Amino acid sequence: MATETTEVAAGACVGPSGSAIGMPQLCADWIPNQVFWLVIALVATYFVLSRIALPRIASVLAERSGTITNDLAAAEELKLKAQEAEAAYEQALKDARAEAAKIVAETKAEIQTELDAELAKADAQIAEKTAESEAAIAEIRDGAVKSVTAVAKDTAKEIVAALGGSADAKAVTAAVSARMKG
Amino acid sequence: MAEEKSEGGLVFHPLDQFIVKPLFGDGAVGMFTITNVTLWMAISVVAIIALFVFGTKKRDIVPGKAQSIAELIYSFIYKMVEDICGKEGAKYFPYIMTLFLFILFANYLALIPMSYSPTSMIAVTAVLGFGVFIVVTALGFILNGPAFLGMFWMKDAPAILRPIIAVIEVISYFVRPVSHSIRLAGNVMAGHAVIKVFAGFAALTLVSPVAILGITAIYGLEVLVAGIQAYVFTILTCVYLKDALHPHH
Repeated sequence: MATETTEVAAGACVGPSGSAIGMPQLCADWIPNQVFWLVIALVATYFVLSRIALPRIASVLAERSGTITNDLAAAEELKLKAQEAEAAYEQALKDARAEAAKIVAETKAEIQTELDAELAKADAQIAEKTAESEAAIAEIRDGAVKSVTAVAKDTAKEIVAALGGSADAKAVTAAVSARMKG
Repeated sequence: MAEEKSEGGLVFHPLDQFIVKPLFGDGAVGMFTITNVTLWMAISVVAIIALFVFGTKKRDIVPGKAQSIAELIYSFIYKMVEDICGKEGAKYFPYIMTLFLFILFANYLALIPMSYSPTSMIAVTAVLGFGVFIVVTALGFILNGPAFLGMFWMKDAPAILRPIIAVIEVISYFVRPVSHSIRLAGNVMAGHAVIKVFAGFAALTLVSPVAILGITAIYGLEVLVAGIQAYVFTILTCVYLKDALHPHH
């Protein structure tokens, strides 16, 4: 580039007006300075990163993934426990249902037997009463028949007497008896 | 910043922003002079320390904002190194992380108005690029011995083509550090220079709205470029490192 400018204090790359001559990027005077400070900056960054920052972040990330894994495992365990509890609850419910059904059946059977016994007893009582009544009725009927026979005999005797016959009492009775039977 | 107007005309000095100045006094810039380069590199380092050391100080299991960002960058670069270089590459992760963070922070801090962009200087990126090249080449020979040269000899290519391919491979291998460093410096420098050119036009009342719109647009683009170039530099470093670790593809 045009380097006819005077040697200013700032060097050969800056003109008298303070603006750059050519590309500042290509100014050889400034290169050692940049390289030196760049190396310092890189070394400083490297030491800070490799000694402090990166191990710290690595440990934080590892710790976090460990925590997450643990939490997931705990959650899995709790889920299993919940499933177990549910199964136990279902089992208990089933047992209770079966028990209830059993009690119902037992009670039904008991009631049935009691009922049967009561019914049998009632039947027996009824039969007894019926027999008694029948006996009473038969007695009454016999009595009635006897009375009717007696009345018929007497009446027949009286009628025979009234008609002027002197019938044998025994013959009348036999005749009446024969009639009554027929 | 002094290229607004002089003698009433439009004056563009888009490259003045890259001038290296001593921070104290007006003397010449020697090797150990504390300059604006020193200042902005130091700010980058301090910003990295702020995020990665003070941001992660609490070591929270449930991270805060700063710790989340630090962890995100950490995981991102770690995964990149592991994906490209394999498990053996993880050993070199701190070096790659150093490169990435330094370039990323320098790029982004350079987007602050009035700041200085060290990564726009070819001297800086050349040190980074050639540093990677030399380390990777040395590592290749240390780990593989002369077998490292097998990288240039394509065994699955037809026999006649092999020497030709070898020549091309060797050339491309030696061009790597050049492209590696100029890519970064060129991108950053171009963006900053274009912003300055638009800023120069903003002095004209008639076109100043357009110029300011242009500055805004280019600035947005530069925000992307700053991140992408840091990423590209890092991923290429990983790719080169992979060649040194496994030269036989």
